[in-house]
Amino acid sequence: MSASTVSKAEGIYAKAGSLSSERRWALWTAYASLIFAAIIFLAPPVYMFVTSLKGSAEVANMTGNPWLVRNPTLENYTTLLSNRPFLKFFLNSAIITVCVVAITMVISILAAFALARMRFWGSQFLATGVFLTYLIPDTLLFIPLYQIVGGLGLLNSIWGLVLVYPTLTVPFCTWIMIGYFASIPKELDEAALIDGATWPQMLLKIFIPVAMPGIIAATIFAFTVSWAAFVYPTAFVTTPDQMPLTIGVVSQLVRADTFAWGQIMAGALLAALPPVIIYAFLMDYYIAGLTAGATKG
Amino acid sequence: MAQVSLRKLVKAYEGGVQAVKGIDLEIADHEFVVLVGPSGCGKSTTLRMIAGLEEITSGDIAIGGTLVNDIPPRDRDIAMVFQNYALYPHMSVFDNMAFGLTLRKFPKAEIKRRVDEAARILDIAMLLDRKPKALSGGQRQRVAMGRAIVRDPKVFLFDEPLSNLDAKLRVQMRTEIKKVHQTVKTTTVYVTHDQIEAMTLADRVVVMNHGVIEQVGPPQELYHHPATRFVAGFIGSPAMNFSPARLEGDAHALRVVLPNGTALPVPEHRAARYAPYVGRPILVGIRPEHLTDKKPTDKRNIADFPAIPEVIEPMGMETLVHFWMDGHEISARLDPTCPVSVGVPITLAADMDQMHIIDPATDKVL
Amino acid sequence: MADGTLAAPRPAAIDGTRANGMQRFARRRSTIAFLMALPLLLVVLGLVAYPAGYGIYLSTLNRRMTANIGLGNYEILFDSDTFWDVAFQSCVFALSAVFLKALIGFWLAHMLHHIPAKGQRKWRGMLLVPWVIPPALSTLGWWWMFDPTYSSINYILNIFAVPSVPWLGEAWWARSAIIIVNVWYGAPFFMIMYLAALKSVPEQLYEAAAIDGATSWQRLRYITLPMMANIISITVLFSLIVTFANYDIVRVLTNGGPRDLTHVFASYAFQVGILAGNIPRGAAVSLFMVPMLAVCAFFVLRGVTRRNKEQM
Repeated sequence: MSASTVSKAEGIYAKAGSLSSERRWALWTAYASLIFAAIIFLAPPVYMFVTSLKGSAEVANMTGNPWLVRNPTLENYTTLLSNRPFLKFFLNSAIITVCVVAITMVISILAAFALARMRFWGSQFLATGVFLTYLIPDTLLFIPLYQIVGGLGLLNSIWGLVLVYPTLTVPFCTWIMIGYFASIPKELDEAALIDGATWPQMLLKIFIPVAMPGIIAATIFAFTVSWAAFVYPTAFVTTPDQMPLTIGVVSQLVRADTFAWGQIMAGALLAALPPVIIYAFLMDYYIAGLTAGATKG
Repeated sequence: MAQVSLRKLVKAYEGGVQAVKGIDLEIADHEFVVLVGPSGCGKSTTLRMIAGLEEITSGDIAIGGTLVNDIPPRDRDIAMVFQNYALYPHMSVFDNMAFGLTLRKFPKAEIKRRVDEAARILDIAMLLDRKPKALSGGQRQRVAMGRAIVRDPKVFLFDEPLSNLDAKLRVQMRTEIKKVHQTVKTTTVYVTHDQIEAMTLADRVVVMNHGVIEQVGPPQELYHHPATRFVAGFIGSPAMNFSPARLEGDAHALRVVLPNGTALPVPEHRAARYAPYVGRPILVGIRPEHLTDKKPTDKRNIADFPAIPEVIEPMGMETLVHFWMDGHEISARLDPTCPVSVGVPITLAADMDQMHIIDPATDKVL
Repeated sequence: MADGTLAAPRPAAIDGTRANGMQRFARRRSTIAFLMALPLLLVVLGLVAYPAGYGIYLSTLNRRMTANIGLGNYEILFDSDTFWDVAFQSCVFALSAVFLKALIGFWLAHMLHHIPAKGQRKWRGMLLVPWVIPPALSTLGWWWMFDPTYSSINYILNIFAVPSVPWLGEAWWARSAIIIVNVWYGAPFFMIMYLAALKSVPEQLYEAAAIDGATSWQRLRYITLPMMANIISITVLFSLIVTFANYDIVRVLTNGGPRDLTHVFASYAFQVGILAGNIPRGAAVSLFMVPMLAVCAFFVLRGVTRRNKEQM
């Protein structure tokens, strides 16, 4: 860039000044955009929280700002936490999620190890197949699955959900585990092979510990997906007794006539708490898992 | 402790590409053999076949008299040091070294004794609790060697172990490896692309090119009596100068005539060897260290050699001079006190006792 | 893998016996590998491939599933106005939502990339919250915010003298509401993906471009975008698939109303197949998603393979 019209020294100083003001401007725009986005992004959960602290009289009161709470009360939360059906939803979600996460991780770690390292007839084909499976949305197959689960007599049962949820979790977890395993240098397994390790020993003593960040990321993914699953439970479960949280809150707390908004919001927030807590504590793993699909493997 | 034998060893990949084209090699007990050659010459593949990491297409490998062709790596009783060290990142140094013994269910006390002994030899006793991530390159290298030593295997295999280190550390670790070998005396096969590493470490050097062995021999023999043009050019740094030439004269007064007309007399005792090639095109090779400014007392086997320096590289202990002759770059190593400047003609002395004549048809040194 | 059978005739073994351990080792390895991958194979075959085939079969049955009526269900759907509304709504919803998500995500990723590294973690953490809450639950919150009498959004609009909006009562407002919620939920995902891509562009490229005299716009145009093109396309196509097949938001926010005008394929298939009990026709409705999904999936796969090749 030239500063031919001004004298050399002035040119340099003038340039420096404009550069820094340009930077300041860019920084300003950045912060303004981020603050604006944060307000929009956080408004719904904040409003849910505000509502959850209101008694029903205050919810129904149309005067005044709905975004403010005048008489905060924990009444909604205490009601919910002593409400048997709601606790049952929680328990159902917990059982389903723990089972699904365990099944998913066993299946995908074993398969990813075999696909990433051992190669057998058709392994390349299977790896592509896994990725394609990941691209099939749950809403495409829920009707045939409804028939199949019904045929097995597992409709209206949490075990029916435990059976079908792996379709949501296994493909992606396998895919990112293949990526993590593939990034382990080949010399490491050769060294282990020479040191005398068998394949199962190699998986247990080398691959699993070394790929721990990937395993944590995949576990978080499996957890959040099975906690948030909505289509399958909505289709397969209609008895409140067997409902997980998502459909339980949506279908049971929302009664057509009495809109107990405070309680609904409290229920939704409580139901969202486990994934949010995990996110808060394991944000880096969470994000690694999120971006792994496109950047790894 | 064991000898290693390779018989007609071949490695072919799918598609018919042959990485190793039938090599024979006998490695004696306690011997330190270095496989050296440019990348893609098949040296690493050979080592990996000895380790059992690559399947053998045909031929035989025997370790300590036992045919190991079909024995998986863990039962071959070998240890290997990798270029990137391949330390288990989640284990401490102690666990890294103990891993092979743990898998073989050695008693705890024995493992500890062996690891401590190896750590003492390698001077890494204070690092045993650390993770590999907390180690420097040289320390990782030592741990990788320690992992091999504790196993007390029949054979050590090294795959370019020093390539990831910086130049200074590489020299230091080279000495270290030699010292360790002198202590434990385990038969060693060592792969490198660096001919200096090969020369300094080896009892015998195996020069490989395009999947075949060009020459096997002790370092001095390879340096003074290369068998082929490839070995002549590969061993030695800076590399040997080559120029096309013709042989003229008769068995009593043989001369090498360069394309620009310079005639270099051939020493009498070598004349008989070259006589059949008189009048035929040949390739003459001479190392830069035998192309000097000095005027030694024995004038008989010295030939004068005119040159106009184009690039001058003072190295401290010597000065490298590069000049062009008929499109070939020629280097000479001069005494640092010798006054040279670019473009000013000088006369060099070629030590004709040290020159090599190559038949371009076969690339064999005559 | 090459195996021992390729070998030329070998001389008699040095040590006499020659067990074929190496070969057995290799064969055992692939047996173990196959066994390890077997559960995955069962999931893929039993819970994806089989249901897919079964779904196609189902879609050719009559309502009571007693007779095969061939393409009858498809013909009926083709003749139904509601079905075409659904197809139209699905496309409008998916295309506009993904476009907005990609745009907002890109903008935010860029802004996030420009602030000092120290603060990025905090902002990133805050901005990803919509993605973390299960969408069925956060949509409940939006539903309440869109409530016709108590709408807190209208309250804010009124402050700025904008008249109240009948969010879920009118077709176009309801459609917009669905798009807004989906964008709110999905934009953070785009932001995170793009941020990861931005961070993977080596700083030296920008420095070299700056020295070559590139303006910030030119740097974006000639360095950032080409370097990110692959991730952008993978993310967009992937999001198209997910958005096109979305169910949660429609189910909670409008349940297809008003007058079935906000149904997308998934919610309509649910309505027809599960709620109205016409399983075969429901299966036919969801199968209509296949062409769109297949095209996207093909390009995602191509993008990912290409990316893998580049990285090697």
